[in-house]
Amino acid sequence: MAITFLHVVFLALAGFTLLCALGVVASRNLFHSAIWLIGSFAGVAGLYWLLEAEYLAIAQIMIYIGAIATLIVFAIMLSRGMMIGRTRMNNFQTGISAVVALLLFVVLSFVLLQVNWPVVEQAVVADPIPLMGEAFVTTYVVPFQVIAVLLSVALVGAIMIARER
Amino acid sequence: MSATIPLSWFLLVGAGLFSIGLYGALARRNAVAVLMGIELLLNAVNINLVAFNRYIVPQQVTGQVFAIFVLAIAAAEAAVGLALIISIYRSRDTVNLDELDLLKG
Repeated sequence: MAITFLHVVFLALAGFTLLCALGVVASRNLFHSAIWLIGSFAGVAGLYWLLEAEYLAIAQIMIYIGAIATLIVFAIMLSRGMMIGRTRMNNFQTGISAVVALLLFVVLSFVLLQVNWPVVEQAVVADPIPLMGEAFVTTYVVPFQVIAVLLSVALVGAIMIARER
Repeated sequence: MSATIPLSWFLLVGAGLFSIGLYGALARRNAVAVLMGIELLLNAVNINLVAFNRYIVPQQVTGQVFAIFVLAIAAAEAAVGLALIISIYRSRDTVNLDELDLLKG
């Protein structure tokens, strides 16, 4: 298998994503964790772009980086002081968590390298956005509506919970 | 475009991201850090969904539709989780999960 430019791009994106993810879980400063998290989200968006899911790449940047990461940074800022560096960041089960995570990775990679995936050599659909829109209002109309209700309920509930009483 | 990259490479990245997120969700003390670990878990799942969509049913968009669903759930979860954290911080003055043992008998 010849190593092409795309392989190099993939390896760079994957390495960047995983490195940033390690920064998220290893950083002692919570604010640095949030910055690493933004990097990791951006790397995942790059992987979506590499998988020819451009719409999802844009949605990833807008929702994850634009909304969720900003929300997390706000939460860190609002409960500042006690969050930065004063106490230890990990609980007593750090060792066993690392072992469990490592074992999970070994098992997962073993399994997914064993399976013969039914990959088809086909070009991706030319214009996926109309197809997705159609899927949302035909096949997946019930989950779509449930998600819509869930999202509004969750956001109203979040305001109610966080409100000053 | 991506057809020259093997599917298993993407799945390996997903597995790695999932394991890192799991470690973060299990080992961190701070509630916000645990929430960040959960976001990493959801991202890993999304990579798998989109990769399977691209390689196994490239003429359909099922995986991407489900990835959008996961995205919406992640947004709802982050909003409610952070609201709970802010509320807890106000009343207990801590967000370290091992100190929040009010319900422990």
